[in-house]
Amino acid sequence: MLGRLTWDAIPFNEPIPLVTSIVIILGALGVLAIITLKGWWPYLWREWLTSVDHKRIGVMYVFLGLVMLLRGFADAIMMRSQQALAVGGAQGYLPPEHYDQIFSAHGTIMIFFVAMPLIVGMMNFIVPLQLGARDVAFPVLNSVSFWLTASAALLINLSLFVGNFARTGWMNYPPLSELAFSPDVGVDYYLWSLQISGIGTLMAGVNMVATILKLRAPGMGYFRMPVFCWTSLAASMLIIAAFPILTATFVMQLLDRYVGMHFFTNDAGGSAMMYVNLFWLWGHPEVYILVLPAFGVYSEVIATFSGKPLFGYRSMVLATLAICVLSFMVWLHHFFTMGAGADVNAFFGIMSTIIAVPTGVKIFNWLFTMFQGSVRFNTAVLFSIGFMVTFVIGGLTGVLLAVPPVDFIVHNTVFQVAHFHNVIIGGVLFGMFAAYNYWFPKAFGFTLHDGWGKASFWCWLVGFYLAFMPLYLLGMLGMPRRMQHIPDPNWQPLLLVAELGAIVILCGILCVIVQLFVSIRTRDQRRDLTGDPWDGRTLEWATTSPPPAYNFAVLPEIEGLDAFCAMKRAGRPAAPSAYEAIEVPRNSPTGFMMAFFASVIGFAAIWHIWWLVILGLLAVAVIAAVFGWSEDREHEIHAEELARMESARAGAERIA
Amino acid sequence: MTTSKSRHPGLRRPATSRGSWVLRALALGALPFLASCSRAGVIDPQGPIAAAEWLLMINATEIMLVVVVPVILATLGVAWWFRASNKRANHDPHFAYEGSIEFVTWSIPALVVILLGGVTWISSHQLDPRAPIASNTQPLRVDVVSLDWKWLFIYPDQRIATVNQLVIPAGTPVSFRLTSATVMNAFFVPQLGSQIYTMAGMATSLNLLADKPGEYPGLSTNFSGDGFADMRFIATAVPQGDFAGWVAKVQGQGSALDDAGYAQLTKPSSAVPPSTYRAVDPNLFGRIVDQTALDPDKARAGNAWCPPAKEPAGG
Repeated sequence: MLGRLTWDAIPFNEPIPLVTSIVIILGALGVLAIITLKGWWPYLWREWLTSVDHKRIGVMYVFLGLVMLLRGFADAIMMRSQQALAVGGAQGYLPPEHYDQIFSAHGTIMIFFVAMPLIVGMMNFIVPLQLGARDVAFPVLNSVSFWLTASAALLINLSLFVGNFARTGWMNYPPLSELAFSPDVGVDYYLWSLQISGIGTLMAGVNMVATILKLRAPGMGYFRMPVFCWTSLAASMLIIAAFPILTATFVMQLLDRYVGMHFFTNDAGGSAMMYVNLFWLWGHPEVYILVLPAFGVYSEVIATFSGKPLFGYRSMVLATLAICVLSFMVWLHHFFTMGAGADVNAFFGIMSTIIAVPTGVKIFNWLFTMFQGSVRFNTAVLFSIGFMVTFVIGGLTGVLLAVPPVDFIVHNTVFQVAHFHNVIIGGVLFGMFAAYNYWFPKAFGFTLHDGWGKASFWCWLVGFYLAFMPLYLLGMLGMPRRMQHIPDPNWQPLLLVAELGAIVILCGILCVIVQLFVSIRTRDQRRDLTGDPWDGRTLEWATTSPPPAYNFAVLPEIEGLDAFCAMKRAGRPAAPSAYEAIEVPRNSPTGFMMAFFASVIGFAAIWHIWWLVILGLLAVAVIAAVFGWSEDREHEIHAEELARMESARAGAERIA
Repeated sequence: MTTSKSRHPGLRRPATSRGSWVLRALALGALPFLASCSRAGVIDPQGPIAAAEWLLMINATEIMLVVVVPVILATLGVAWWFRASNKRANHDPHFAYEGSIEFVTWSIPALVVILLGGVTWISSHQLDPRAPIASNTQPLRVDVVSLDWKWLFIYPDQRIATVNQLVIPAGTPVSFRLTSATVMNAFFVPQLGSQIYTMAGMATSLNLLADKPGEYPGLSTNFSGDGFADMRFIATAVPQGDFAGWVAKVQGQGSALDDAGYAQLTKPSSAVPPSTYRAVDPNLFGRIVDQTALDPDKARAGNAWCPPAKEPAGG
């Protein structure tokens, strides 16, 4: 009846996961109880869970990413503590079977459920506003994408309480991840949750590309799009090209594990090398899926707070597209040590170093954007400058790793761990914090507290250097990654510094939370009634903060780059005397319900509860059919109603 | 005797002080911590491959630092000088394009990359793990097998085997063939240079040399399961003259590694103390690659599903 699911799946005899589980479950129950007692369910259901508004969905993506950041960081600090303690003969407090799950979960969660939701969420929120559009191309699909990601996040966290997670590292390399070596449910949790979130991500990518290609405001040619839209377009195209590879690879591995096929097994002609190639054929573009939108954020932030247009806009676009193409030609640099010949290694090494050219150009262009500008140092700018400094260091070590004989001596050591944290924290995460501070007032109508924001920046910056510079050194001393205990007691001082860094980063995270709390408490003093708190340059600042559901009552006419800047110079147009009716999409529970059943299917498949899989699939099919045949998907805001809403908003602005 | 062919014509140990000051300075920036560290790892190369790779790392770093350091300083300097409150700075809110600057911004990284691309091409060929090392001495052949979670070293010419203990003569090139009897691992002796994956059903090759006698820690760098952290061994380089004596001693003691013993060895175990076998089938490595070592019947019957050993991609 319940497949492989028995009471043994609950970690009764492992205090750490058990206590964590109980605390999290009690916490979740507490939140649900408060929502019920306060009677917030109707509001939540109407305004958030069934919302198809790209802004609401974007906010939910970012919220998911930040919550998962806490989970991923909890893993991180446990790993750092374990390695700082388990030195010499000591075994620390985490036995291998637990430690191995933690580093696997850390990587998987940070990439798929922190970085990706943050990136996709920012794109969702910003891109339609910057394009002067009223929503994304497929609003309900957008909701489905988000909820699939959320349900996958739920599934992966379920592995804490029921069963266990993979002990294979976040790349899940076979043959270790095959049945012969990992017979338990851990790898299945990994595969099913990433399959579900992967489908969500792919649909989000399709949606974003369609939006950018088809829904730009009148007059907005491609070379009048803000750079963030360009980088989002590039990242979304990469999603469309790369994620199916991952999905197909995981399908092959699922076939290996569920029906005894031999794609990647040791025996019967399987080849683990094929998995490694396919994984990185997705994996390297993934790096750019994450970092390109962050590059877009820096471009917007630096231009706005320098009070200047972005320097070398066309160069920036060209560099973005060059990175986009090149990112598919470098995957082999993740395994130079596999023993491919010198010609192959040298080719991929050179291709990888070539990516440093467009990236370098971007750095110079940001530099020249600040040049002769009037730079205002707020949190978003600090994160951007912190990024520029940190990222060139990460780029340097990245180019080192791209030279095959250098890679031979530091590959799979903590030098490599330091490198990719250097570019992902310094590149992606700093970008997301800059974006969070920059666009928060647009989303909620009040600015974030700058003092706490700056405190969070300094903690993150200092914490990052303390945590990861020692790892560069330890890598050169010969310390491999993923060690449950450390044989060489001489490494302990550096590991303690890294632990200290993790604690400083913890302070950074706490500052982010305090910042949010303080900002909400004092929101009345920090209201943004103009819709344009930063003297912005792009269209999202042309509408109110927060924008109405339809974003723009009248679609703006675009005559050049930095459209809003030009509008402000020309003087804002007077409110039109008459409005035209707008069609806005109706709320839809489709996404939420489909994702619920996706979780059910995933869970049932992990535990081999076949009747429940079939039931779940039927439910999804029914929901899709019901949505597909429904015709009442939009409702019209009449011209008079629109005029009333607009004059109310204008009134609010005048008071400001 | 000389080896027939060499692809390491220019490979020499660098003079120890030359060129290495930058990374050393960076590495020793954390002096209070490193002072306690014994010299080890790739920063203390003990063979020509390791030395060349470390030198390459230093040189590539230096080439990039020439650009990276000014960029970092310029970023901080420009941001600070053009702060909104600085009345002395020349603010020009329209400065957004200048062709000559664009030319320079594309040229600087391009030049660096052209230089590094050349370095990459040449060094990839010179330091190809498969390339034999030029020497007057006949190379020693060692077959390496990663197991759960220990290393098996087979000396096919000496017909002996060891577990978690690699003994090689200093000054003699060692020619490794490597495979895995289990999941993927990577064989790495940081002070001797290049690591390489071990993968079931296929063989990789690696050539290393230890300049002088000493004990060099070796390990797996590719995570292979719960016993991974203990998958370590010591590579002991003995004086050339002592090697034959060591072989003779191993040949005269302990048990032989027969099929039953090998089957026993494939069972998972971790933190296995070093041991030796006085005799071994010199073809054991080939049989492990063919995946017939545990099942002699399969070898005789042939197996349509099981193609012969593959060379890795690009081979």
